[in-house]
Amino acid sequence: MLKFPIYMDYHSTTPVDPRVLESMLPYFSGKFGNAASKNHSFGWDADEAISKARAQIAQLIACNPKEVVFTSGATESDNLALKGVAHMYREKGNHIITAVTEHKAILDTAKRLEKEGFEVTYLPVDSDGLINLETLKAAITDQTILISIMLANNEIGVIQPIAEIGQIAKEKGVVFHCDATQGVGKIPVNVDEMGIDLMSFSAHKIYGPKGVGGLYVRRKKPRVRLAAVMDGGGHERGMRSGTLNVPGIVGLGKACEIAEKEMIEEELRLTKMRNKLQDYIMTELDEVYLNGHPENRLAQNLNISFAYVEGESLMMGLKEIALSSGSACTTATLEPSYVLRALGVGSDLAHSSLRFGLGRFTTDEEIDYVGKRVVEAVTRLREMSPLYEMAKEGIDLKSVQWTEH
Amino acid sequence: MSYSKKVIDHYSNPRNMGSFDKGDDEVGTGIVGAPECGDVMKLQLKISGGVIEDARFKTFGCGSAIASSSLATEWVKGKTIDEAFEIKNTEIVTELNLPPVKIHCSVLAEDAIKAAIADYKKKNNEG
Ligand SMILES: Cc1ncc(COP(=O)(O)O)c(C=O)c1O
Repeated sequence: MLKFPIYMDYHSTTPVDPRVLESMLPYFSGKFGNAASKNHSFGWDADEAISKARAQIAQLIACNPKEVVFTSGATESDNLALKGVAHMYREKGNHIITAVTEHKAILDTAKRLEKEGFEVTYLPVDSDGLINLETLKAAITDQTILISIMLANNEIGVIQPIAEIGQIAKEKGVVFHCDATQGVGKIPVNVDEMGIDLMSFSAHKIYGPKGVGGLYVRRKKPRVRLAAVMDGGGHERGMRSGTLNVPGIVGLGKACEIAEKEMIEEELRLTKMRNKLQDYIMTELDEVYLNGHPENRLAQNLNISFAYVEGESLMMGLKEIALSSGSACTTATLEPSYVLRALGVGSDLAHSSLRFGLGRFTTDEEIDYVGKRVVEAVTRLREMSPLYEMAKEGIDLKSVQWTEH
Repeated sequence: MSYSKKVIDHYSNPRNMGSFDKGDDEVGTGIVGAPECGDVMKLQLKISGGVIEDARFKTFGCGSAIASSSLATEWVKGKTIDEAFEIKNTEIVTELNLPPVKIHCSVLAEDAIKAAIADYKKKNNEG
């Protein structure tokens, strides 16, 4: 039985897995202690729970539990990584490398650092959304102190060649940060094999609670030091002060444990579902375009542009389905998705895109329903579209003199 | 984005959606907007003896753009060319309860009416 509305926006956030919720409940009012209280059992219970969560996370990303710094989420982790490295290694150099398709938590932090006098190189991506490793190498100077490249993109699901980037960073002796918010728990991550020195992740993207996340900070080869952004009681090895969110962290740990066990199977299942949705849409409709690399992408992601229809009106016709669009009309800035634009997708097609985000609780029935409804809605809006009519008449839309406004 | 009832109604039941023959001398066609900006409106007016007898629209754009053009076709019908020329975008904003970020949709609808009238006049050497 289908239940409405259908949630297909798992990149945005995920529901808390019931097993995660259950693990958290004892830590609200029963075991409510402060993990920093060393003198009584309330504190010890909380500290034990934190240690367990560290171990669960460490297991998932193959690090030492001591290398996990808890934060309020990936936005804070990204801020801590970039500002922390920039301010700690200022004497060594003032150059940072990142990419144009990164999340705003990276890009806006980088912009702030530019205002402080740091130089930032924003690497371009190719039409599939991948950075070029030679371009990266060429961008590194003796002033470069940090490379920050994401694992998987939140809009198009494209997975960057992280291990190769880590190798390059290591050879050049540059700290490598990876925003792995969309990748951790979905695809295997091994910080050593991938040469990652700092890595951001967030609980609410992997069926944990909102407002909690972490930053992996390498302790050996090399030992990465960070200037704190949050000053105070010196928690988390002085890198992030503030009483730990014990229930949240317990939930994050549990979410990682579940992901570690079920990831491979889940990826297979979601790949099948995603491919089915993609194939259906692509056979039923003409002039639809996949955004992002066809293979190097998350199983959970499908991002498609539907020529001649506008994304927001399309979502309006699909209001029983929760989706995202790259259309300007869905953002505050009235600019279409900067990620799609960076791939060289024209503004017209960027306005026409939908992002489908599949997840743990997506069913085959939902996939069939969503496919059918998308085809219906696109067909209806194309009948209403002057652009579709002109294209069918053989008019080259690029040759038309439009009235800008 | 939350829409007013009227926008949803026009989106779900667009009035006068479709096309007239561009070549018909009685038909004025206005196409405004640009695909890169996310909205293009085509408005066509069938004019006889200075009176707009019928209208059609096709719109690529958000729900508010579709609703603005659908409403415009309703309003112009039965009006003289001069009366239709007087329709203001602010009236569309009020009728559809458009939020500030969607005001450009109403501007586009007003422009489309004016462009269609201009096309008609040009065809009939009244310009
Ligand atoms: C790639 C990426 N980085 C960072 C964030 C921010 O995460 P959070 O909501 O935990 O602050 C997100 C989530 O929107 C994301 O997708």
